[in-house]
Amino acid sequence: MVKLQVNGQDQQFDGDPSMPLLWYLRDELGLTGTKFGCGIAACGACTIHLDGEAVRSCVTPVSAAEGLTVTTIEGLHPDGNHPVQKAWRTLGVAQCGYCQTGQIMQAVALLNQTPEPTDEDIDATMWGNICRCGTYTRIRTAIKQAAQEA
Amino acid sequence: MTEWSITNISRRGLLKGFGSAGSLVLAAQILPIRTLSAQETPVYGAAAMPHGTVNNPHVFLSIDPDGGVTIVSHRAEMGQGVRTGLPMIVADELEADWSRVRVVQAPGDEPKYGNQDTDGSRSTRHFMQPMREAGAAARMMLEAAAAARWSVAADEVEAKNHEVTHKPSGRKLGYGELAADASALEVPEKDKIRLKDPSQFRYIGKDMPIIDGFDITTGRALYGIDTRLEGMKYAVIIRPPVFGGKVASLDSAEAMKVPGVEKIIELEGGVEAPSKFQPLGGVAVIARNTWAAIQGRDALKVTWDNGSNGSYDSRAYRKELETTARKPALIVRDDGDVDAAFGEAATTIEAEYYMPHLAQAPMEPPAATARIVDGKCDVWACVQAPQATRVEVSERLGLPIEDVTVNQTLLGGGFGRKSKPDFVAEAALLSKAMGGAPVKVTWTREDDIRHSYYHTVSVERIEAGLDSDGKPVAWRHRSVAPTIGSIFVPDPKHEAPFELGMGFVDLPFAIPNIRCENGEAAAHTRIGWFRSVSNIPHAFAIQSFAGELAAAAGKDQKDYLLELIGPARIADLRSVDSLWNYGESLEVYPIDTGRLRRVVEVAAEKAGWGRELPPGHGLGIAAHRSFVTYVATVVEARVEEDGALSIPRVDVAVDCGAYVNPDRIRSQMEGACIYGLSLALKSEISFKDGRVEQGNFDDYEVARIDEAPREIHIHLAEQNFDIPPGGVGEPGVPPFAPALTNAIFAATGKRIRNLPIRNQLRS
Repeated sequence: MVKLQVNGQDQQFDGDPSMPLLWYLRDELGLTGTKFGCGIAACGACTIHLDGEAVRSCVTPVSAAEGLTVTTIEGLHPDGNHPVQKAWRTLGVAQCGYCQTGQIMQAVALLNQTPEPTDEDIDATMWGNICRCGTYTRIRTAIKQAAQEA
Repeated sequence: MTEWSITNISRRGLLKGFGSAGSLVLAAQILPIRTLSAQETPVYGAAAMPHGTVNNPHVFLSIDPDGGVTIVSHRAEMGQGVRTGLPMIVADELEADWSRVRVVQAPGDEPKYGNQDTDGSRSTRHFMQPMREAGAAARMMLEAAAAARWSVAADEVEAKNHEVTHKPSGRKLGYGELAADASALEVPEKDKIRLKDPSQFRYIGKDMPIIDGFDITTGRALYGIDTRLEGMKYAVIIRPPVFGGKVASLDSAEAMKVPGVEKIIELEGGVEAPSKFQPLGGVAVIARNTWAAIQGRDALKVTWDNGSNGSYDSRAYRKELETTARKPALIVRDDGDVDAAFGEAATTIEAEYYMPHLAQAPMEPPAATARIVDGKCDVWACVQAPQATRVEVSERLGLPIEDVTVNQTLLGGGFGRKSKPDFVAEAALLSKAMGGAPVKVTWTREDDIRHSYYHTVSVERIEAGLDSDGKPVAWRHRSVAPTIGSIFVPDPKHEAPFELGMGFVDLPFAIPNIRCENGEAAAHTRIGWFRSVSNIPHAFAIQSFAGELAAAAGKDQKDYLLELIGPARIADLRSVDSLWNYGESLEVYPIDTGRLRRVVEVAAEKAGWGRELPPGHGLGIAAHRSFVTYVATVVEARVEEDGALSIPRVDVAVDCGAYVNPDRIRSQMEGACIYGLSLALKSEISFKDGRVEQGNFDDYEVARIDEAPREIHIHLAEQNFDIPPGGVGEPGVPPFAPALTNAIFAATGKRIRNLPIRNQLRS
């Protein structure tokens, strides 16, 4: 039995503790905002916060979250108006949008650590998040805009 | 309660006899070049697509009593913004208040909505006019209803911003109050529809945020992979590693021991070319969640009978393509006397360019859910072609097409991969095997990389004969690449007209003697559409070669390119038999070298062409017309001493004719640069023993943010409603790679002829 907190709610899971958080969130809890992209921590689409740190949920077993708090895109902000979410909308970052929940969770973690990131900080932190639509230049601008507003 | 209701046209009546019309038309486009007989009139544009267009306002919009307007989007949304763009057009002509518009997605139903194949950069091109007509017809009906209510003459009323005003008295009625009356009126005939003057457009031509922006940024947006149904089972499939293979032996004992695994189902394999949209077969693991299914699959013990493609080796195949490219081949364009011109040329230059297979790799891998209840199948899927999906599912299940419903989700990227509904047929077959229970099939990334319909692999060889001024007098281009036609017809050997017409035989250069030849190439895997398709290798070769010729002549790249394009004119390509012009007539969409010249000039000017650059920097340019749109790209590349490459700046000039949502055009062009960067820099699918050697983003690499250009500037040609709309989703891709390699040459003197670049600069 694994006990954890997801988006402020206590949860218990008595299934396979080696199940990656990604599939627990999506298939068991129905939180489909966290996306599957690669399964090997190579693309960042599944990024969530585990006790405030950005992690790849596709390679993080549920057991690793024992006693910890998980935040997914659904729990990032009650009204969906976190400065990063707002900047993403203002600048029209998303194209297909599929990778963007992971991008946003990673960007939020970056700004929590580094409130005024340089281009190099952005490269170093966002490097792991792939966007096939190619929204990188807008992601860069949106992170800087969110940094201004935060 | 809806006052103006969306009509439910009887599907049964309309669908009879249509059957596989989609694939028949497709096959017709793919068959070898033929000349129309005298009796046949060529059909172009939207009318040439299966089920054409529909402009009936009852099909595309409804109005509630409270004035809420619902607009139906019938094309697939995969990031190009079409779910915002087409409804903007309807709302504009309707004079609707955008804040009171809601958009719903149509299921696959082409007889009702018109063509839904969301590919070929066609949505705005083919549906701007019908969507305008639908919106304008509804506006006229609302006006007529108001005039009748007030018993006044029709010309005394005017619909504007969600209400109709009686101009003499100032009385007003909201759309909601008029909807029921208006809905009962006759729809005006097409030639009686009064379209707005473009100067009065409220939304068309203005930057509009996408309607899904909030849902996307909050995780609420639903893609194919997100479908959840009561009692749903989760499936993953191990497919034959070699195209055409099948299961030789299966031991599922260990897999069945995995907690959560419920059933192992063998799927028929051994598919033969042309396999069309057939599933590949293999073994499916059905489980209570995706993780259990993946673990169960890992525990399967399967041996394979590889079939006839088990020896496909892409390194050996490349040699074959090169050998073919060095011999005369099928002549597909022949202007002037090329042999004589080469004989008289002062010098001859030749070069060969190679591009490997590529996988589209949309961030959302293929995924689909199916359920069968009372002999009717419902699927939910991220498909670019919902009608073709419907046909495929109905044929696989042996159900009448009217008993198959394809619910269209958002697509987490498509890029051509999701034009092929093989993965949806898998879900339908598994649901059937599970007694109709809902089954979701999820492709892992490895499945996606190893079982795509791959971008073709190609060798392009170009030779030019130059006069004493370094000006080309003869041009011979041989293109050798397996064709997409190979998934539709048996062993077609040559590129189809639609591939030849993608920047190869339609070369718009002012050279008197031009010969284009197409060598034979057999396909040993599934070849499919990939964003911009054959334009990519063709443009890479031609625009690189233009750079090579400029360098050989000691001339400026941009000036030399303009010289090659020649004076502004309508290119005369009557010498090309059955010229493919993206399905459009040359009268409506001519090959206009003036527009091509203009994008070259704009991109160069905006990029500061000729400016002084720091050491190690270089500017490169490339221009290409594709999907009846003109794009020129200037890349500034920086190559450090150790060969490290970065891109400080990119300028893209685009002329796509009349346009709807400029911000989405800019975003498509920005994205096209990154898509082009991935294929230029890193991506390659290779085969050994018939198997794809890559499996995930660790070895099938794509561009990441640290490699992205620091700045991308998009320069959109001024709005001009006299020029019909061109494509937007794809045309930005082809010029990127040659602009980059031309820039690398300018920076280093090193010419890249083989993609991807990978570590070629490090030597």
